[in-house]
Amino acid sequence: MTDQKRRDKRNVDVWLTGTEEPGWLVDSTDEGAQKMAAHETAGRLLDQEGLVVGDDRVLDEDVAPEDELMIINMGPQHPSTHGVLRLNIELEGEIIRRSKPIIGYLHTGMEKTGEELTWLQGPTNVTRMDYLAPFHNELAYSLAVEKLLGIDLPPRALAIRILMTELNRVSSHLVALATNGMDIGALSMMLYGFRDRERILAFFEKTTGLRMNHNYIRPGGVAADLPPDWQDDIEFILDKVPPRILEYEDLLKANPIWMGRTLDVGVITLEECLAYSVTGPTLRAAGSGWDLRKAFPYSGIENYHFEVPVGERGDVYDRYRVRVEEIWQSLSIVKQAAESMPEGDYKTDDRKVAPPPRARIDESMEALIHHFKIYTEGFQVPEGEVYVAIESPRGELGAYLVSDGGSRPLRMHMRTPSFANLQGLPVMMADSLIADTVATIASLDPVLGDVDR
Amino acid sequence: MSHPANPPGFLLANLDKVRHWAQTRSMFTVTFGLACCAIEMMATGAGHYDLARFGMEVFRASPRQADLMIVAGRVSQKMAPVLRQVYDQMPEPKWVISMGACASTGGMFNNYALVQGVDQIVPVDIYIPGCPPGPQSLMHGILTLHDKIMSGEIAH
Amino acid sequence: MTDDQVVEVQEEETPPRTLPDQAVLRAVAEQFDDIEWILSSGQDVFILPKDLVLDVVQAAKDAGFELLADLTVTDYFRGRSPRFELVINLLSMQHRLRLRLRAPVPVDDVQVPSVVGVYPGANFYEREAFDLFGLVFDGHPDLTRILMPDEWEGHPLRKDFGMGSVPVQFKDSHQVQ
Repeated sequence: MTDQKRRDKRNVDVWLTGTEEPGWLVDSTDEGAQKMAAHETAGRLLDQEGLVVGDDRVLDEDVAPEDELMIINMGPQHPSTHGVLRLNIELEGEIIRRSKPIIGYLHTGMEKTGEELTWLQGPTNVTRMDYLAPFHNELAYSLAVEKLLGIDLPPRALAIRILMTELNRVSSHLVALATNGMDIGALSMMLYGFRDRERILAFFEKTTGLRMNHNYIRPGGVAADLPPDWQDDIEFILDKVPPRILEYEDLLKANPIWMGRTLDVGVITLEECLAYSVTGPTLRAAGSGWDLRKAFPYSGIENYHFEVPVGERGDVYDRYRVRVEEIWQSLSIVKQAAESMPEGDYKTDDRKVAPPPRARIDESMEALIHHFKIYTEGFQVPEGEVYVAIESPRGELGAYLVSDGGSRPLRMHMRTPSFANLQGLPVMMADSLIADTVATIASLDPVLGDVDR
Repeated sequence: MSHPANPPGFLLANLDKVRHWAQTRSMFTVTFGLACCAIEMMATGAGHYDLARFGMEVFRASPRQADLMIVAGRVSQKMAPVLRQVYDQMPEPKWVISMGACASTGGMFNNYALVQGVDQIVPVDIYIPGCPPGPQSLMHGILTLHDKIMSGEIAH
Repeated sequence: MTDDQVVEVQEEETPPRTLPDQAVLRAVAEQFDDIEWILSSGQDVFILPKDLVLDVVQAAKDAGFELLADLTVTDYFRGRSPRFELVINLLSMQHRLRLRLRAPVPVDDVQVPSVVGVYPGANFYEREAFDLFGLVFDGHPDLTRILMPDEWEGHPLRKDFGMGSVPVQFKDSHQVQ
């Protein structure tokens, strides 16, 4: 049906119901007048009619009146918001003027639950926060507990922790690449990213028993030793994944469509990052070399050689580059950790924290009692409070623990990177095109479990 | 097998079978990824596990074009009305899979924030255990749903 | 000098305020008389009255703490009076330092100054503290609930808020027959 016919039909309907004349303007729709408003400048008019394409429109001389702004809602059930993020976006035409993230749709009350779990049960809880980087959550929590306890770990436990967290960083960044690709339209990247993640997850499953939410790194060490032929698995990963990453570099790095969608999109400057507490790859893409692995080394990471990739422009493309470079660095750390893996115990022999070995339980009743005491009542942690932060794939992941001397935390708070990073989203999206929204969100790589906890 | 509501008969029984066959062979899923399970759901849809083998790879962003909702993850009190609204927007016939411990029972988070089982809000056909359930578990759940629809056990 | 001559340093009658070893931190602490500096598990902590929070945060920012890493609240409930404690974690990248500010907040006077003006990144954190603990931040531009639904009653992370699950609330969903 042509427009004219449709208009006639509506006219007839209206006349039939007895109205004097059509109740609408011929050139109007539900969204308002279709003629460009009179105050528009000639250049802007061309722009809005699509005759001129520009992407940087900061117009301070003619700000649109209120009734020309449209607020649209995006999410919480949206395929490109990486979970249940909801955005209120104020649009002027196609340009985002303001936006406001609305979160809490995945609020799980983990900090409340954490107060009810013993110190040893805590990692079960926190590992479900950032579900793409579960090892990092466990590590931050465990390091904080260990700091309160004041215990040292055997070198093998430290090395295993580094091995697992850095592998986890690779798998997390692969998902970031995959989803970033999917959101922009490079659907193959989605399939590729998940395919390589499977190789790493297979090793995780073999070691920890689960593909995600491992509860493997615990206060006092790790839950189990590496599987017997773990070197072969690591070798397999180091054999198979790097050629694939090179392939993805071929696919995306100089791809004109990819660059067109990402270059100078979603820019955030270093100053803005600092002001809004944005950390992680986003901060590094903006030109800062800040990495907690270098600044406040943890778990013996200062013994490995790696570099901190830094971007310049702070746009989506640089964030993508930083992530890819971090994959290379992490793979290098994994290689070093696998080659220099020390022999020895995989958890502390401090009997206040770690239960006696399984063999001892068969021999001694005291060991059995000890075992049950640690797993039911839990160990006591001296009174105090501590904040320990590590570099998760998304930024500074900190654990703030308060102990009153009991076997449960008085307060368990996690400083999760995505929560703070989301505050940078309105800055990145201001005065950008609505089509770039998903690219920007994806480049921030928020994990909503990490945001809402 | 005929549905109890239908009178038993040659034609109806076989039409039912054809209908069930059609329903199971092109089941469209509404994306309702919430938490960890959503990642496993995505992994199931991706190349390695390849959900497309069962005619299930289409994840619809719009509930109007979907007939299966996989509630993948923990449902918070804030999300509950949204979930119900999305469910109501789906056309009949529709099915719900509750994926993972959190969606099924609230899991380990028995606290103020979570809905203790999504079956308080929407009728659930299949519960998948696990935290998170692996892709194999999800596929088993989906195939079980297919079987139940084929056999007329869950009829709409 | 023999061992006998080593004399233990005598505590003076009114000991001078212990100040942090780090020059940066000392410069901040010296500006305020009411700051108490302690080491908690080897980490620098300032304990200060809540009215000073804004000034100290501003002084810390001027001293080179560029980033507000974290802002949260601890509820000691019956274990301590005043009951709440506002905890702010600051990070200085140029000095590679962390500083934690702790300000006790009584339950009958939950007004604390907002630091959004100094660190815009405190926005979400203060909303979270308001949502979950009920602390009211004076001068916050948009102090609304952030994690819980808007119509939620109570502040769930307070210790006197029950642990157990609560019935599902359908306040926003439309009627379904």
